[in-house]
Amino acid sequence: MASNIKNIILKTTELSIGYSSRKEKNIVASNINIQLEKGKLIGLIGANGIGKSTLLRTLTNVQNPLNGSIEINQKNIIEYSAVDLAKVLSLVLTEQIASKNLSVFELTALGRQPYTNWVGNLSGNDIEIVNKALKQTNLLDLKHKKCFELSDGQLQKVMIARALAQDTDLIILDEPTTHLDMYHKAYILKLLQKLAKETNKTILFSSHEIDLTIQLCDTLIVMTDNEVVSDAPCNLITKGTFGSLFPNDLIAFNEKTGSFRVKK
Amino acid sequence: MDKKNTYTKPFLVLSLILVICFFTNISLGSVYIPLKGVFNSLIGTATEQETWQHIIQNYRLPKAITAIIVGSGLGISGLLMQTLFRNPLAGPFVLGISSGASLGVAIVILGSGIFGGIFASLFISKWGIVLAASLGSFLVLLSVLMVSIKVRDTMAILIIGLMFASITAALVSVLSYFGSAQQLQQYIFWGFGSLGNLSWDEIFIFFLIFTVGIVISITSIKSLNTLLLGENYAKSLGLNIKKSRLTIIIATSLLAGTITAFAGPIAFIGLAIPHLTRQVFNTSNHKILLPAVFLFGAIIMLVCDSIAQLPNSDFTLPINAITSLVGAPVVIWLLVRKRKMIF
Repeated sequence: MASNIKNIILKTTELSIGYSSRKEKNIVASNINIQLEKGKLIGLIGANGIGKSTLLRTLTNVQNPLNGSIEINQKNIIEYSAVDLAKVLSLVLTEQIASKNLSVFELTALGRQPYTNWVGNLSGNDIEIVNKALKQTNLLDLKHKKCFELSDGQLQKVMIARALAQDTDLIILDEPTTHLDMYHKAYILKLLQKLAKETNKTILFSSHEIDLTIQLCDTLIVMTDNEVVSDAPCNLITKGTFGSLFPNDLIAFNEKTGSFRVKK
Repeated sequence: MDKKNTYTKPFLVLSLILVICFFTNISLGSVYIPLKGVFNSLIGTATEQETWQHIIQNYRLPKAITAIIVGSGLGISGLLMQTLFRNPLAGPFVLGISSGASLGVAIVILGSGIFGGIFASLFISKWGIVLAASLGSFLVLLSVLMVSIKVRDTMAILIIGLMFASITAALVSVLSYFGSAQQLQQYIFWGFGSLGNLSWDEIFIFFLIFTVGIVISITSIKSLNTLLLGENYAKSLGLNIKKSRLTIIIATSLLAGTITAFAGPIAFIGLAIPHLTRQVFNTSNHKILLPAVFLFGAIIMLVCDSIAQLPNSDFTLPINAITSLVGAPVVIWLLVRKRKMIF
């Protein structure tokens, strides 16, 4: 893949991830070389326990890599200060927020924290960006609702709006579609696809919705026992990567439909 | 945040109520002083009876000021702890501040039998008790702080604070077992809490430390708001969790620590005022909550104090009992009426 270096937001080189203690190193995955391009929607898929969360935690500097490097905008992630990193990388996590008494606007506005002054006052520009984020996620009608009044799907949209308001080149979401019904799963992922195109931000998310990610993502990062592959979904289908995703005693990948079927 | 103007009115009303409560509190007491006499004594012009001026300036005014400091200080430290620990049951004393203070006081009062007479008579002055309480809460806090620097999980700090409280409570029990009836009575009286008996010198020191605590709390407003998202989100927004945690704990210790040292362990206010405020203001934004809690705390404390002195009688009830007797039904009523807890 020869692409302009300026278009690459995140790049890992010979990255090894896992946990290390004094006694031993527990390597979860190694030799990870991925490049995330500007304006692309990237899905991260793999079986339970394969290390998707560990990879995301490492990419977001929550835990240190065992080996190799991660560069965001051609600068090693460990050279960023906490506030500077918050200006290039925003997160949507699986955990619940601590206080649901915040209004949709207030919660989204908290995304401006890295930019606001010592007491957190919003400037006119901040308010404009927050309103834009709310508009892009179709939340303007709910602006003054409290978060405890929202459905799971709406709350997830607010968390995405908050990440947008943080105005970063890269947004990383950890399983943004869990707890949602089929319609809202498709809705959220479709929204992410639209946002990546419209805002030219890079959006990386982990997911178990393999058929949806195949349809919607520009690139997929597939984690299997042996390797971490990153390519366009159709190339991955031709290569047969999905076949090695799960143990093959129960389900099989159908290349024509692009989905898994239970073996009869 | 964009509806800032809607909060102007409640703030004006609250400030007005505070002023009214302040003057009502000063005009009530065991000696009847007409309103005109109260005003004249406050501004220093001659009053009908010279004793009035003495009562107002040296007894009632310091007590009213103490009530404001105690109420607002405890309310704010309760708010800080509830947000930091994401726990609506947290209060200013979850870190073991009051138990540390009671241990200090118990050692001075109850332990005098063990440590000998001279030591005791030297320390059972008022300053001795203030000193013992400060030292006690300071030592317990220092232990909690040292642990909190090492521990990554904020919830662990909460549990550790509770454990320290258990240890000190146990030590106080042991001391009580050996104490004489008279010493026990003295210790129990300290536990009732008291807003009076502070001289202007003491109030000056009290106020100074209180102000420092408030200023640190104000500088924490942004991190407190960020913490509403939970620690992981706060971290992703560039917040230095350990540093903000330490700052918030220090502010709380300064506020709750000095209040306990000067006025005794005052129950209820720190836990309930933040809830009361959230119910009335219906927001979690600390830019609004902090000044609102300040006003509510001061008002409730003044009201409780006015009730505690049983106007026109010679009795003064323990303030610690009144705060709970008056405050708890208010919070229950609010929760039942609004049917949901705001946090």
